[in-house]
Amino acid sequence: MSSSIKKMAEKVTLLSFWPSMFCVFALEEKGLSYEYREDLPNKTPLLTEMNSIHKKIPILIHNGKPICESLIIVEYIDDVWSDRAQLLPSDPYEKAQARFWADFVDKKVYGAGGKITWHRYKHEAAEGKKELIENLKVLEGVLGDKSYFGGETFGYLDIALLGFYMWFPAYETFGSFSIEAECPKLIAWGRRCSQRESVSKCLAEPNKMVDVVVRFRRMFGLK
Amino acid sequence: MEKKRDESSSVKLVGFWVSPFVHRVRWALKFKGIEYEYIEEDIFNKTPLLSELNPLYQKVPVLVHDGKPLSDSSIILEYVDQKWKPNPLLPDDPYERAQAHLWARFADEKVLESAWLALCSEGKTQERAVKQAIENLEKVEEKLKGKRFFGGDKIGHVDLMMGFVSYMLPVWEEVAGVKILDPLKFPAVAAWTNNFLNHEAIKAEYLPSRAETVAYFQWRRKELIPVYASYSRWSNK
Repeated sequence: MSSSIKKMAEKVTLLSFWPSMFCVFALEEKGLSYEYREDLPNKTPLLTEMNSIHKKIPILIHNGKPICESLIIVEYIDDVWSDRAQLLPSDPYEKAQARFWADFVDKKVYGAGGKITWHRYKHEAAEGKKELIENLKVLEGVLGDKSYFGGETFGYLDIALLGFYMWFPAYETFGSFSIEAECPKLIAWGRRCSQRESVSKCLAEPNKMVDVVVRFRRMFGLK
Repeated sequence: MEKKRDESSSVKLVGFWVSPFVHRVRWALKFKGIEYEYIEEDIFNKTPLLSELNPLYQKVPVLVHDGKPLSDSSIILEYVDQKWKPNPLLPDDPYERAQAHLWARFADEKVLESAWLALCSEGKTQERAVKQAIENLEKVEEKLKGKRFFGGDKIGHVDLMMGFVSYMLPVWEEVAGVKILDPLKFPAVAAWTNNFLNHEAIKAEYLPSRAETVAYFQWRRKELIPVYASYSRWSNK
């Protein structure tokens, strides 16, 4: 008990960029107090740097020590504040599965989505759309009839995908398709997650993501 | 090291003889004293087994424990570490563990990737890849200063993830005709290479012969140069 009170008094700062929500979801789920600071390394990032930005922030600073990379941070938060709202399964095999699918989300959903939002040529957006739908359907299979990817409880894999769920309106706009029509179960999952207090306070409005993409596309000289 | 007879008899590893990702898992299993059945899979002539065990990526390594398959070498390594607790590979402390995760990612996403690109390219692309690989190695050198292993005195998760640097990187350098790991520039990495290859668990485990490995990657380089040349995004990294 006393160690958890001590932890609550510890200084936690998150340096992030608002479209990257993974760490915020984790901190909110754990009911932690933290300082949030918007930080964007470059004022006008180049298109190719969007990837390195993705890698460079967010940074969690806990008692002066920095931790980087969204999902590594989420796992760290889960490890340190292990007395509440467990995010990763305890069972080693289930944990490995959660990591495997989070990695799939990070590589395949992010990659396909990026092709749609940052396409230079229409065929790239079409490729991205095809890949995204395929990959989301795989994830629907993983979700099955569960409420969350974690089962009855919201967890690590839910957070991993939720970070990209926010981008769905942008993918739909720039890919000209409806994700709900293709993957209704996934949208139902997204809505279910959005109703959680920890998520609803941070989830951006759908139009905001579309606006961000419009703004960046203009900056990168993409039509 | 004790043999865990009841669990180890149900451990199978599907691999490809020259894959550094497979070697990592073999080292981990050796380190933990786990007996397992090794199944060789020719990745150029895949059998239905791989589709069954790893339907999404059809890649090796795949670890099958009690009939349940797991793929991705770093995920397998963590699983093995959690399932068989004696001789831990990952630290207990959450901050140290987060650092280990970061360096494990760095090993694959930066060190291995840049070295691989140097192997599979030529001309300007190769020059850039070599430069990148050397920059990545500078970070590794800094990390290793004053330590026997990434884990400190004992071998750990990051050592296994970086292990390919000790024996695979020199092969890739020879095949590609480049120099990345200069022992004069990277004394800590060179010393670590010795410590690593002389560790009892690493020494005792199978590694393919250098001659076979060189021949294999000479063939791969020839095949892959045109593939990577046409993939324009690489040149922007």
